[in-house]
Amino acid sequence: MTELLPFLKSIISVSGVSGYETPVARLIEEKWRPLVDEIRLSRVGSLHGLKKGSGKGKGKRPSVMIATHMDAIGMMVSKITDGFLHITKVGGIDVRVLPGAIVSVHASSGEELPGVIAMPSSKLLPDSVGDGVLEIHYLLVDTGLTPREVEKKVRVGDLVSFANDPMELAGDILSGHTIDNRASVAALTVCLEELQTKPHLWDVWAVATVQEETSYLGAYTSAFDIRPDIAIAVDGTFAQGPGANGWQSFPMGKGVGLCVGPNMHPFLHKKLKELAEKLEIPWFLDVTPAHSGTDAYPMQVTAEGIPTALLDFPIRYMHTPVESVSIKDLQRTGRLLAEFIASLELDFVESIVWE
Amino acid sequence: MPSFGSAQLKLLEKLCNVIAVSGDEGEVRKIVLEEIKDVADDVRVDALGNILATRLGRGRKRPRVMVDAHMDEVGFMIVADDGDGIYRFEPVGGIDVRHLVGKQVFVGKERTAGVIGGKPIHLMDKDEQTKKVPLEGLRIDLGLTGKARIGDRAGFATKFRRVGPSIMSKAIDNRIGVATVIELLKHAPSNIDLCAAFTVQEEIGLRGAKVAAQYFNPDLAIAIDSTPANDLPVHDGSENVAYNTKLGLGPAVYIADGSTLHDPRLVRFLQGVGEAESIPYQLRQPGGGGTDSAAIQRALTGIPTVSLSVPHRYTHSPISLSRVDDWKNTLNLLHAALKKITFDLIAKR
Repeated sequence: MTELLPFLKSIISVSGVSGYETPVARLIEEKWRPLVDEIRLSRVGSLHGLKKGSGKGKGKRPSVMIATHMDAIGMMVSKITDGFLHITKVGGIDVRVLPGAIVSVHASSGEELPGVIAMPSSKLLPDSVGDGVLEIHYLLVDTGLTPREVEKKVRVGDLVSFANDPMELAGDILSGHTIDNRASVAALTVCLEELQTKPHLWDVWAVATVQEETSYLGAYTSAFDIRPDIAIAVDGTFAQGPGANGWQSFPMGKGVGLCVGPNMHPFLHKKLKELAEKLEIPWFLDVTPAHSGTDAYPMQVTAEGIPTALLDFPIRYMHTPVESVSIKDLQRTGRLLAEFIASLELDFVESIVWE
Repeated sequence: MPSFGSAQLKLLEKLCNVIAVSGDEGEVRKIVLEEIKDVADDVRVDALGNILATRLGRGRKRPRVMVDAHMDEVGFMIVADDGDGIYRFEPVGGIDVRHLVGKQVFVGKERTAGVIGGKPIHLMDKDEQTKKVPLEGLRIDLGLTGKARIGDRAGFATKFRRVGPSIMSKAIDNRIGVATVIELLKHAPSNIDLCAAFTVQEEIGLRGAKVAAQYFNPDLAIAIDSTPANDLPVHDGSENVAYNTKLGLGPAVYIADGSTLHDPRLVRFLQGVGEAESIPYQLRQPGGGGTDSAAIQRALTGIPTVSLSVPHRYTHSPISLSRVDDWKNTLNLLHAALKKITFDLIAKR
């Protein structure tokens, strides 16, 4: 069994801003290659790993697709003034986390330039800003290089990603940027490792999708390409903690979230719940009244429609550079996924019923 | 001129990476005491925690010249335990809360890892996203089983790094001054008695400098600090007339700030040394702000005082930025200036 913590640290330490996931895709591919029978990139860059099942019967072997998005929110250079970079958002960025953030500029020159997001002093801003929140077009990235060097290396459209180092917190917590959703990639990796010694009849498609944060491009297209019989999305949900204590948030380190709501097939939910209880894997009920905001949303309506489930685990401070997750929760998520896959009989699809 | 290179930058890195919030300067004090133990004739740590080191010159009629740099940095104090590793904190020194959401910190002597989180953007409406998060809404999170003590200090966890012609680090204000004074002590000229003050509590009211000046009773003093460079583009493309200082133009000589009219003889003297030695320097725009010079100037019967600063951008934030050459030129200007100091400099107004 791989050490989960170092692997997760390694995959949050490479960039993969939505639309530009290749650096992290390479790292995940390297990890998954020995765990699957086939591996390839989709036409839009999602990573598809196939671990074949042992099921033999009439017709095509049934398959399950597990989708974990590998893209990250980030920023993009929109303009350059005197060596300072103006930026715009890629995905759901809260501008209030940006002043003083450590970033990398993925320069057209091929270099990764360290930078800091600068909050210009109020003397350089319109009076209306005062000491309030600066909209993103007032913020600047400073690379510490001279304007001449910047002009040589950086172009409009170059990506800017968060670059603070991961930090281990007490109680088996990892904190850093891009825990959403590399933590799910790590949980899926745990699942693949468990399946090395656990027989399963179904084919398993481990998929790291692209552009979840912007358009669900990866989940739509991979689900269409693979046409699985059932699909499971894995993503983070909100952890209880400072600023988040409502019904949408759950305690960290207390188990796996099993989602109910219109994006999820109730039968799959029921089966996952029964299995978690049988195996004594702690779980909680996560309700999503409409749009789940995950890859479950697009996968469900792919082709003729796919029975879809959503597993999640709590993340604190989602979409900040200090997102935090309990490593234990990820292990449980990976284990429940593996056990569920191993439990699938060849006629499972036929057994799916509506109440 | 003493040489300048990786040894000096290594020292600065070491000084920047430790945390020494006002009133808790021990980590910097340790490094300074170790660095200066073989070069100073007398070293003492006073009642507030200042390091007061003297290096005597040779010959007669030696002016006593105080060089001052504060050791403390802005940071936080843990003030209440909310349970499960979550703590309330209060800033120590002038920190803009807009720099705090989503930042990493170290807490206490054990440097326990912590983060200042923020509410997920998904759980708020558009209106909430346009309002700054007040201090009451912020916590330090040490993880589910993390422990701190009420009264522990915390500081930004940013690591020092060199980037092209620049350095990026927390606490450039004022470890760059501390490193400068260490260098001056190591290479002190013989025409003066050098009185080096590594002071405490500058960020909360120049407390250390006051007693340091009263102890040394120098003939003149130079406060060495780091000052903001607001040399960024103006939002509407107009000329920046409030830059304070600019990176790359050398050390900033103070003429007037929010609390001190610096001694005109010493201002002219530093300018003259720069001109004579062809060392780049700039004049800090007269305006607000201040340094230890305010406390030193009005100590005892009054002490002729000037300030010299290395410019940095993004003051009191998790990560500031300075140019290596500005520091080198600061050191060069000071080395050259100290050699030229005589009583004549302050004989008449």
